[in-house]
Amino acid sequence: MLMFTLRRFLQLIPVFFGATLLVYFLVFATPGDPIAALSGGKPMAPAVEEALRAQYNLDQPFWIQYGLYLKNLVTLNLGQTFSGQEVAAVIGRAYPVTARLAIMALAFEAIFGVLFGVIAGLRKGKLFDGTVLVGSLIVIAVPTFVLGFVLQLVVGVQLGWARPTVSGTAPWDELVLPALVLGLVSLAYVIRLTRASISENMSADYVRTATAKGLSRRRVVMVHILRNSLIPVVTFLGADLGALMGGAIVTEGIFNVPGVGNLLYQAILKGESATVVAVVGILVIVFVVANLVVDLLYALLDPRIRYV
Amino acid sequence: MRYSRTSKALGVAAVLALTLTACGGSDGGGNAGGDTSKVITADNTEPQNGLLPANTNEVGGGKVMDLVFSGLVSYDVNGKIVNEIADSIDTKDSQNYTIKLKSGMKFSDGSPVTAKNFVDAWNFGAAAKNAQLNSYFFESIKGYDKVNAEKSTEDKMEGLKVVDDTTFTVELAQPESDFPLRLGYTAFYPLPESAYDDIDAFGQNPVGTGPYKLAEGGWKHDVSIELVPNENYEGPRKAKNGGVTFTIFSNPDAAYTSVQSDTLDILQQVPPSGLQNYESDFKGRFVNQPYAGNATMTIPSYLPEFEGEAGSMRRQAISMAIDRQQIIDKIFYGTKKPAVEFTSPVIDGYKADLPGNEVLKFDAAKAKDLWEKADAIKPWPAGKVFTITSNIDGPGNKEYITAMANQISTNLGIKAQLNPVSSFKEMRELVNKKSLTGASRAGWQADYPSLYNFLGPLYGTGAGSNDGNYSNPKFDEKLKEGLAQTSVEAGNKIFNEAQEILLKDLPVVPLWYQAAQGVWSNNVNNVEFGWNGVPLYYNVTAK
Repeated sequence: MLMFTLRRFLQLIPVFFGATLLVYFLVFATPGDPIAALSGGKPMAPAVEEALRAQYNLDQPFWIQYGLYLKNLVTLNLGQTFSGQEVAAVIGRAYPVTARLAIMALAFEAIFGVLFGVIAGLRKGKLFDGTVLVGSLIVIAVPTFVLGFVLQLVVGVQLGWARPTVSGTAPWDELVLPALVLGLVSLAYVIRLTRASISENMSADYVRTATAKGLSRRRVVMVHILRNSLIPVVTFLGADLGALMGGAIVTEGIFNVPGVGNLLYQAILKGESATVVAVVGILVIVFVVANLVVDLLYALLDPRIRYV
Repeated sequence: MRYSRTSKALGVAAVLALTLTACGGSDGGGNAGGDTSKVITADNTEPQNGLLPANTNEVGGGKVMDLVFSGLVSYDVNGKIVNEIADSIDTKDSQNYTIKLKSGMKFSDGSPVTAKNFVDAWNFGAAAKNAQLNSYFFESIKGYDKVNAEKSTEDKMEGLKVVDDTTFTVELAQPESDFPLRLGYTAFYPLPESAYDDIDAFGQNPVGTGPYKLAEGGWKHDVSIELVPNENYEGPRKAKNGGVTFTIFSNPDAAYTSVQSDTLDILQQVPPSGLQNYESDFKGRFVNQPYAGNATMTIPSYLPEFEGEAGSMRRQAISMAIDRQQIIDKIFYGTKKPAVEFTSPVIDGYKADLPGNEVLKFDAAKAKDLWEKADAIKPWPAGKVFTITSNIDGPGNKEYITAMANQISTNLGIKAQLNPVSSFKEMRELVNKKSLTGASRAGWQADYPSLYNFLGPLYGTGAGSNDGNYSNPKFDEKLKEGLAQTSVEAGNKIFNEAQEILLKDLPVVPLWYQAAQGVWSNNVNNVEFGWNGVPLYYNVTAK
């Protein structure tokens, strides 16, 4: 298991460099001149333009730009944004917010998703099952921004139960509404995955054996059915955590959450390679680690799986 | 009144007049109930750069700068200049200016405002080595070309001379009658001596001369900017509230919802999605008022189809093929006014009846006729599509340009369409490299309230924002003549003659004047919007 973990961490290195190179190139290749955009359509003195280009190495060819970026990276210098702020500081402000949002959304979808999924799976064909199936279908079909705007208007403006937009540095309680919106679609998927998995495992041999040897229904469900049914769900949640940590541009925009999604979006529009690459770099690490945790969880959930 | 002790002669009258009108205005809105200790909140975007006068060229930073700093003059609600730090600005020839400061003016940290603070700040802003975005604002000052040359290490313009603590002189490279009008713009604000020790740190936590100052650690990046009243401020814009907190919004729709729920006090501009309903959503709590900005469409002069006599006719035909009022009504819900010249109705000197402005009126028959005449001289290339380039990453552009293209198609019998690009940087690159193959979306927000600001930087030969490479010696001559006048009025007369030349050449097709649609919450009173569409935050009172 230790070797397995170590191997996976070593894999991180080529993945990280590959991803940053690719992303750096993609930002480089997007059309447009970031310095021209800085002037906002107003004039800019040629000498100033020249100086700015040199400051961000934009006067250099791609390989030199990327090389200089890597050189800084080794010394843990993530570079500067076009507004002269340290990228590390910018990301340091945005990530905690997005992390809070992601954790809440993930907890919401994991707890309620598994709970509803189990009940629906156990009572296949009954009223609860039908309601959950139709409900989750609707949630999946309606785009996130519609859900977001409707909840914001009803809960935030008309009922006045919550602030329609988060204030300041986005405290936990104000993030409940956005987290709900963010987790809702995944919740529907988790319900459906759990339900399908449970109902399939109910007719498995080992369940029949467990029931036959006289175990209580509760023990059969909790230990024998649920544990084995969680593998696809955990895989889904692991991937979802990565997606959530990448920021949710739409949801963050609706609720004015100062998170990573919006930061990334603005940076792409501005052609700010340093910020984009740094955010993506962190995301790569999050994804790899999340996947590793998922793989390790497999062994915990299903005793047949062993890592050597 | 605290003003009368410190301000003298010229200042007193203006200041008193303004204070009186301000009081009069607030009485109607229930001044008695106004709470001067409450903080008001307003929307903003994250300033692009550190808060330095010569490096702030966009609205997000500009709004903060205008509250934290003050210049020699400031603009009142109508865009008229009012002395702030200046006691007098004198000139006999529009080229040599003597500027006297009021004595006893202070920065928010208590240090005195001296003539040297202005001269040093302007020199800093102009020098190429400091790479300040607004450096071109100093180009009329003698010696600018030396300090702003590429790789130049000099940073002293010979046109600026300190006479004594409260007096300095400015020599321009040529006469420019509207120079005093510019002095309220961000680029011309003074910097305290201490700023230069670490200019980047200063930009994060500026010390200014304005009605407000930054609260301790007030700038929380991407989240909010907190301003508190500056007790050292003496001037016409004294704060009537306990502070202004700007909340950073990346999405204007979110800001709109916040004002609806009274969690935000002032929204400067209703987003396109709210234009249809804002008047009913905010009964008695909105404005719709023109500000100093316009929207145009540039037809570059480097396009072969638009050269010479046939080109002129085509420009006019396209202009007359656009039914501006229809687009305004259908897409902007009647919130704008069709353009009848190249500047803005809020600017002193604006004339709605310039000879030749019929080319800006919708006339489908005449448009078609002109297009055919142009075709007879030089045929429009078979199958050529007339494109209008615009970035479509923000809301609002795509809809009106598509509508405009449809009108041109229908009325001229050619194919016209939007050429969408994904980002502003992409659009600016096409424009700056002069590699457009058709028209492009354009427009202008005035930096300071003057006719010249709408003309010189945009249509003068080789000017910085002359995107279409327009050049007409007669127009340049008129601009020069207007600048050489010794009064603003005399200058405006000549600038309007210059506009008549533009109406013939149509380097851009003026479309409409911008208007600010602002809304506010139930928690505030006395919300007024200025000449530039920005609320006068210092006048707003909390209920």
